Amino acid sequence: MISPANYVALAAILFVIGGVGVLIRKNAIVVFMCVELMLNAVNLAFIAFARLYGNLNGQVIAFFVMVVAAAEVVVGLAILTSIFRTRRSASVDDANLLKY
Amino acid sequence: MTHQMLHAMPMAASAASNTEVVTFWVLAVVAVGAALGMILTRRAVHCAILLAVVMLVLAVMYAMQGAPFLAFVQVIVYTGAVLMLFLFVLMIVGITAADSIIETIRGQRLFAGLAGIAMLVLLILVVGHATIGAAAPSSARNSSANVQGLARLVFTTYVYPFEITSALLITAALGAMVLAHRERTSPKPTQRMLSRRRVASGRPTPLPGPGTYARHNAVDMPALLPDGTQSRLSVSSVLAAREAEAAEVRAELPYRTSTRTQAAAIAGETVPDPLRAGESEPETSPGEAPAAADLADEMEDEQ
Repeated sequence: MISPANYVALAAILFVIGGVGVLIRKNAIVVFMCVELMLNAVNLAFIAFARLYGNLNGQVIAFFVMVVAAAEVVVGLAILTSIFRTRRSASVDDANLLKY
Repeated sequence: MTHQMLHAMPMAASAASNTEVVTFWVLAVVAVGAALGMILTRRAVHCAILLAVVMLVLAVMYAMQGAPFLAFVQVIVYTGAVLMLFLFVLMIVGITAADSIIETIRGQRLFAGLAGIAMLVLLILVVGHATIGAAAPSSARNSSANVQGLARLVFTTYVYPFEITSALLITAALGAMVLAHRERTSPKPTQRMLSRRRVASGRPTPLPGPGTYARHNAVDMPALLPDGTQSRLSVSSVLAAREAEAAEVRAELPYRTSTRTQAAAIAGETVPDPLRAGESEPETSPGEAPAAADLADEMEDEQ
């Protein structure tokens, strides 16, 4: 049987890949997708720990994470479309009005 | 696979755990490969597809770990709803929106990669040093009665977070509506105004349809005018731009042309280039292109 440690290690790898993606990508939608990847990795860790301890608390938390992620995607994509509408660009470098 | 089964049927249990081992390693490689591809590929659509792969792999892993309900929620909510939303927004923002390669901060990619490696080493060390034992024997609570167990927890221990979640969802829906809403700054044009503008634009008729039925009727095939020249107006400007892009690629790789492009190349010797035909096209008057642009703007405003 696969130890939960393997699942947690996989979750760590996916989380780091998502984090690097957030840092290096310029397209705001791709950045957003990388955030989703990080959230999914954390869910995997939660479910592995739920299995490790033999109760369902971790699964409930993962369920809440999914709900919050869905809400976050809705609002985030609405923000992206409104930014795109005014600036005609989906690049995170172009949304810099607050910088000056 | 219950705890009792593990003792009762060692053969079957070992076969089942072998299945889990093989499935885990195959899927882990697929997930990490897809995730790496996701951050390395240029096009946002490819990113979305690779993210779908990762999410489906994770759904299988949830199912393998005694979370069948969450596996289904993962497929329905993430792969079904969230990714479709991403694809919709990609459609609005532009599928061809590729990332720029210019670094805004010098050495950003290098430092991001170093930080990622450092984070990975840290996390793997933490996981390696922590004593994560074998999984607890699966009881009835997290195998057969997964949904009932989750429901009991959600409506007893976690009832307040659950109720707050509903408030969050309503706020998110409202926020999305507010953010995506656009105020109309000019009065909505009536049908009378639209028809007047159309007649005044110099082209009251619809644009010519693409394709010549003797050869192709595909949308990227320009229609022939009575004098034999090709009508540029019959091809969508998006397709024309894409065709021009593809022509540049083909110029670099001349041996990989398809039959249709070869035919077009042969035809191009006698007939002017379909994309640049508009300059010599007798039908196109100088005032017509701005009028068409106005019409396009108007249609955009309508939406």
